[in-house]
Amino acid sequence: MIVAHRKNVQDLKSILSAHKRILVLGCGGCVTVCLAGGEREVGMLSSALRIAFRVDDQEHEVVEATIERQCENEFIEDILEEVQKADAVLSLACGAGVQAIAERYPNVPVYPGLDTKFIGILQEQGIWAEKCAACGKCVLGKYGAVCPLTRCSKGLLSGPCGGSRDGRCEVSPDTECGWQLIYDRMKAIGQLDKLLEPAPLTDWSQSHEGGCRKIIREDQRIKLIS
Amino acid sequence: MNEEPKILALCCHYCAYAAADLAGSMRIQYPPNVRVLRLPCTGKVDVAYLMQAFEKGVDGVIVAGCLEGGCHFQEGNLRAKRRTALARQVLAEAGIEPERLEMFNLSSADGPKFVEIIKTMTERIKALGPNPLRRKVAQEVTR
Repeated sequence: MIVAHRKNVQDLKSILSAHKRILVLGCGGCVTVCLAGGEREVGMLSSALRIAFRVDDQEHEVVEATIERQCENEFIEDILEEVQKADAVLSLACGAGVQAIAERYPNVPVYPGLDTKFIGILQEQGIWAEKCAACGKCVLGKYGAVCPLTRCSKGLLSGPCGGSRDGRCEVSPDTECGWQLIYDRMKAIGQLDKLLEPAPLTDWSQSHEGGCRKIIREDQRIKLIS
Repeated sequence: MNEEPKILALCCHYCAYAAADLAGSMRIQYPPNVRVLRLPCTGKVDVAYLMQAFEKGVDGVIVAGCLEGGCHFQEGNLRAKRRTALARQVLAEAGIEPERLEMFNLSSADGPKFVEIIKTMTERIKALGPNPLRRKVAQEVTR
């Protein structure tokens, strides 16, 4: 899932202070699962904003809504009326959701209420960990399903650096050495020999370095028959 | 503080609510500032409840649940502990003193402890003054 984290109330207050009627819009997708932008968080943050404005004697109307997903037009349509009544939208979605709302409603200012952090998993209750860098060309098959790009702090594809100590990374004692994880995993599944193959140069054009990415599937597109 | 503070006590049915009842049976006096709201368990407490209480103008909120390890529903009070901590953080960001909100743990036999909690919080809230949102309203009326 996409993992995000709430922005500070005071920062949001200063961003939104120019707008009178603010719609705090939650998303029922990834950010609900990572407890950052779902219906509950919308309630909490809206309340906090109302308090913060009133403490400063500012009059604002903060209204709440949550839709199924902010990254799909089908669901965005449901909120049309509420958005049109608002002077600004504070979107508690990931960066994709915020932009989808802004594209659908070009005349309404839309602000992010969250910092979108990474693609990750719930490691344990209250701890989310990054697992995928969305590099565009998955190499997990070569490395025992441990991503060297994400789990190694340097993103090395041809073995560990000299900063690996007792399974920890030199970047921080809290960070596991990605290459130690890869080695242990490959040993466990009996594929250590695969690590002897040199890794080819990475084609970064498949990643964000190649520009904003798009997938077009002709089999899924709806075309008008001429 | 000219006006007496208003304190909301969210009390678990199995401990704090029974303790409040016991305090009454024992004829122990406590400040009349508290409004007791019974919950089936403090696990029912949501951060939004706590935020909305302050938004509506209460001066302090007490979350009173069972002793840790003694929850009737296993871990409701532990959930409430985490939610109270988050609400305190968000309240501080919004400009409300986090000391206005606190969770306490007690058993149904703790009538006198319930009274102590009410006294402690009432004194604390009196020292802090009214909820900043109510303070604004009071100032406008004075003007």
